[in-house]
Amino acid sequence: MSVLFDILASAGLWAAILRIATPLIFGTLGALLCERAGVLNLGIEGIMTFGAMIGWLSVYHGADLWTGLLVAAIAGGIFGVLHSVLTVTLGLSQHVAGLGVTLFASSFSYYVFRLIVPVAGTPPTIVPFQPIDVPFLSSLPFLGPALFTQTAPTYLAIVVALILAYVIFRTPVGLAIRMTGENPHAAEAQGVNPMKVRYGAVIVGSALMAVGGAFLTLSAFNSFFPTMVQGRGWICIALVVFASWRPGRALFGALLFAFFDAFQLRLQTAVEGVPYQIFLMTPYILSIAALAVMARRARVPQALMQPYRRGER
Amino acid sequence: MRLERREQRPLWLMIGAPVLAIIAALALSGILIAIAGAPVFEAYRRILIGAFGSRLSATETLTRATPLMLTGLAAAVAFRARLWNIGAEGQFYLGAIAVAAFGSKLLAGLPAPILIPLLLVIGAMAGMVLILIPLWLRLRFSVDEVVTSLLMNFIAVLFVSMLIDGVLKDPLAFGWPQSQPVADHAMLPKLIARSRLHIGLAIAVVLAVIVYLIQSRTVFGMQSRAAGLNPQGAVFAGVPLGRTLVKVACLSGGLAGLAGAIEVMGVKGYVTTDLSPGFGYAGIVVAMLANLNPIGVVFAALFTAIMFVGADGMSRSLGIPTYIADVTVALSLLTMLVALFFTQYRIRR
Repeated sequence: MSVLFDILASAGLWAAILRIATPLIFGTLGALLCERAGVLNLGIEGIMTFGAMIGWLSVYHGADLWTGLLVAAIAGGIFGVLHSVLTVTLGLSQHVAGLGVTLFASSFSYYVFRLIVPVAGTPPTIVPFQPIDVPFLSSLPFLGPALFTQTAPTYLAIVVALILAYVIFRTPVGLAIRMTGENPHAAEAQGVNPMKVRYGAVIVGSALMAVGGAFLTLSAFNSFFPTMVQGRGWICIALVVFASWRPGRALFGALLFAFFDAFQLRLQTAVEGVPYQIFLMTPYILSIAALAVMARRARVPQALMQPYRRGER
Repeated sequence: MRLERREQRPLWLMIGAPVLAIIAALALSGILIAIAGAPVFEAYRRILIGAFGSRLSATETLTRATPLMLTGLAAAVAFRARLWNIGAEGQFYLGAIAVAAFGSKLLAGLPAPILIPLLLVIGAMAGMVLILIPLWLRLRFSVDEVVTSLLMNFIAVLFVSMLIDGVLKDPLAFGWPQSQPVADHAMLPKLIARSRLHIGLAIAVVLAVIVYLIQSRTVFGMQSRAAGLNPQGAVFAGVPLGRTLVKVACLSGGLAGLAGAIEVMGVKGYVTTDLSPGFGYAGIVVAMLANLNPIGVVFAALFTAIMFVGADGMSRSLGIPTYIADVTVALSLLTMLVALFFTQYRIRR
């Protein structure tokens, strides 16, 4: 028991939680925004991979870190356009189109990366975002090192969650997004163009996903390698259900998930005699369990996965 | 300008659309090859030579197509009933490890004519078990099976990694995490001597025909199609939706598990965590390229295998990353989606 307590009492654990949660927060918010407008975006895993790759590549070629994030966001937006053309304009199956986008975006990332960076013994690196000590707060005992010595994108993630919650529930734009996700025909009757709303939500949502991916290469690590997203995108899709399509709960869900992930990492080294794979499985098992618990209670946007065509029901 | 549903689908369009889609995908990846600074037509010529140029490469392409046919069938039967089984990769590994577990010592005393079919059945059943969990979650808790079946992949690979690092570890593998090999007489007979091509290819093609017959000639085939087209309507018409989905899931997971079993018994003889270079995920593309038609899956798997095997040689000689094969296959999925759309709709001004 004292092992557990030692782990929980270390500031390092709580700092790691925020770090692990950051890409999940961006990704979950992005997926949530798409789904609020009625579009399931299973392209997320590939879009995160592309964001990680292109963000890193920009910085490697001399751009500064913030420009790297911006480039990733724009690239994510372009994949959002692709997904929108397939699912909104053509009204194809959102499941299949999303899988197609994921397969294309990830294989395209590997291709571009290998084309520009030839195979080398040690992968080339960049100087990533450095932790920012928030004045005064970072010198607080325990809380300081745990919460207030993160890199800038982590703080940005929390700000984005708050902004998105405000936009969705307190602004006319948010109302239009929610109406489109619930009933695009009614939205159109109210003078909202469901096609435009869906395009906008998918583009901005995909940009957020790509920024989540870019966090991996620009802050958490300093190099890019294939398969580095490691299923985080799919976990974001699960977290959206867990969050019942609410940005505040998405923030909480991502932090909770990151807690389990950081905890199992430390438990791995502390507990001997248990195969390490058991610990690595827990995040995935927990995601499935969370889905099972939350799926029935969650209020799904009613028009999710339904293509909208004018005059056709 | 608006889209209008076609009243009837002309035959030339049904045949021409997939061909056009593949051409479009090849043209798009041609741009990427050109950006890499290589001659495009030469690159595609080398892909064909790499895939068919010699007896060795031709048999290698067919060997590679075998698991793709099976995982493609697995995705096709499931998707047709709108059961989104994205877990073929995990089911593949579970089928493989089940064969390694039973075929190395436990059942190795049995004679080959009994052992081989028995192991194939065991592999298929292992795949079924894995898909039944997401299906149960869908039927019991209405959880979308896309994410759950996909997360099962990660769990399955970690589970396999645990076994080949533990109880099933081969003590003769110099410390590498690798399962004990299956008994020699559990290996599938070769189709062509002095090649890796094994009888699994024939099994896969026969299964494609059987699945086609099941889908077109049986009540279950009709029910699974109805469940996909319109679940509410199907229930109204008296289709037992839950039971149909369980059968579809067993067929789908079984085929994916069988793919893993056949890959172990036909090619490698043992299991490592890189046994599959993404056969499960590629199976999804294969199924979509075939427009979920079981016979089409055979040809789509061949196309995919040609790209993967051929790109290896092309990339070595022209200095282009092998990932171009993945890009081309992914692009053809996207172009095929668009092409199939235009077989159903037309643009009206």
